[in-house]
Amino acid sequence: MRQTPTVQSPLTLNEIYAALAECAGDLKIIAGGTDLMVLANAHQLEASNFLDIWRVDELRGISDEGDALRIGALTTYTQLIRAPLIQQFIPALVAASRTIGAVQIQNRGTLGGNIVNASPAGDSLPVLAAYDAALEIGSQRGTRRVAFNEFYTGYRRTVLAADELVIAARVPKVKAGERDFFCKVGTRRAQAISKIVMSAKAQMNAASIASIQIGIGSVAPTVMRATQTEALLVGATLTPDLIEQARQMIANEVTPITDLRSTEHYRRSVTGNVLTKFLRQIIEGAEAR
Amino acid sequence: MSDEKNKSDQQKSGVSRRSFLKASGISLGVPLVVGHRVINVNGQEVKLYGPTKTSITLTINGAKQTVEVEPRVTLLEALRHELDITGAKRVCDRATCGACTMIVGGKAVYSCTVLAIEAQGKPITTVESLMQGEKLHPLQQAFVDNDGQQCGYCTPGFVMACKAFLDKNPSPTPEEVQKGLGGNLCRCGTYMGVRAAVLQAATMHKGGKNHG
Ligand SMILES: Cc1cc2nc3c(=O)[nH]c(=O)nc-3n(C[C@H](O)[C@H](O)[C@H](O)COP(=O)(O)OP(=O)(O)OC[C@H]3O[C@@H](n4cnc5c(N)ncnc54)[C@H](O)[C@@H]3O)c2cc1C
Ligand code: FES
Ligand code: FES
Repeated sequence: MRQTPTVQSPLTLNEIYAALAECAGDLKIIAGGTDLMVLANAHQLEASNFLDIWRVDELRGISDEGDALRIGALTTYTQLIRAPLIQQFIPALVAASRTIGAVQIQNRGTLGGNIVNASPAGDSLPVLAAYDAALEIGSQRGTRRVAFNEFYTGYRRTVLAADELVIAARVPKVKAGERDFFCKVGTRRAQAISKIVMSAKAQMNAASIASIQIGIGSVAPTVMRATQTEALLVGATLTPDLIEQARQMIANEVTPITDLRSTEHYRRSVTGNVLTKFLRQIIEGAEAR
Repeated sequence: MSDEKNKSDQQKSGVSRRSFLKASGISLGVPLVVGHRVINVNGQEVKLYGPTKTSITLTINGAKQTVEVEPRVTLLEALRHELDITGAKRVCDRATCGACTMIVGGKAVYSCTVLAIEAQGKPITTVESLMQGEKLHPLQQAFVDNDGQQCGYCTPGFVMACKAFLDKNPSPTPEEVQKGLGGNLCRCGTYMGVRAAVLQAATMHKGGKNHG
């Protein structure tokens, strides 16, 4: 027997909350549908009732909150790429968005969908990790703020309760003099899922590293921060020797698996190489100045 | 474990029945096929489509068309199966190949992964809109002139992706063309022809011949 699911189409956040509170666990949120509809078409989705949030404009838009930008969960990659605020203050997110799918995916795929889909290969996630973003989570019970780096509890698991949705991401702006970085390694430029993906931020104090944050995807069950390697680098003078140490350390710090896209060994070495690329860019940038 | 399952089963049936009763209360006496119903959840009114077929209105190539579909039906299925508008092709059905590309609200999308009910209220443009009588649209003519297709299966979607691209980038460089069309696959390998066609159509546009 073929299922004939229902679709609810709320127009406001309060309607979403009400629907989720009433039907917790039985409703599947659908945003741009670029992950969900693929599963549905492949008959890999059991949900029988959908909550289509696409028309809820309260969930769209980018606003300047002083030291951070607030990005609505329904903001698409096309909107992120074109937004002057994102270009200026979170350049790595523009770079990440440009690598996601192709135009048709960028026109429908949303930041919130990438976050909640919780794939370790989600390309915006290392940026949110490196930038120490926070997520605004809402339900009829109220809203709460969760640090992005505490949002995932395991492979494709999050702290989100059945009656909650992600409303927005709050991402601190890149600071004056801070360098940011994004690099994705995939099979081809368009539509490729990452073999490894890294975003990082660093602030230099003359020749030494005042602060550094490194987010990496596709190398562990969830997106991760390379905290050991960060600790090695902070306060140290950036020399070729240090870069070599960091390369080796990060290759050991990540815990990738071998899957159909790539091998564990490849992912470890490339993670080291990608970090090397960022650190060399910093040195070259300093020399150029 | 079984407790948890019981609970969720209970929740499931309890909840759907409650919403369903409320919903059917409103739609009593209405024929099986209806538009959306407004149900009341926790004091908030929310539109509910289904589980029966629902009547929706789509604006396709400038004309309003009403069609009855299950709420889970995609825009692609609604056009191909219900309205016999078969230009856009279903190939991968996984948002990957681009054969189903349509322009919805000015943006190229994979219609195989957009719900038909979601596309209501926005202009939907398909390849069928391009010809003017017997005259090919300049972009179609450019495909012909540059061998932009072989078997032609990817072509209707590819043409629409090109159209959306040109609408946004009227005078692109060859590099921009290559980057901008990454969302469409062609098993016959007509990419060079397609890129040349887009550049030709852009030139004609600049020459003022194109009013598409
Ligand atoms: C061909 C193709 C290429 C792709 N390429 C890439 C790529 O290069 N990089 C990449 O990272 N991803 C890629 N993706 C995956 C996908 O496009 C992204 O993950 C996208 O951001 C998902 O957003 P969406 O709005 O379409 O999510 P949906 O499919 O609507 O939803 C995804 C999941 O998140 C839940 N959800 C959505 N929004 C919310 C919310 N606000 N609150 C709570 N739950 C929510 C849904 O219930 C669902 O479980 C690709 C997909 C396809 C089909
Ligand atoms: S059929 Fe929709 S992208 Fe392939
Ligand atoms: S012409 Fe045959 S698939 Fe493109």
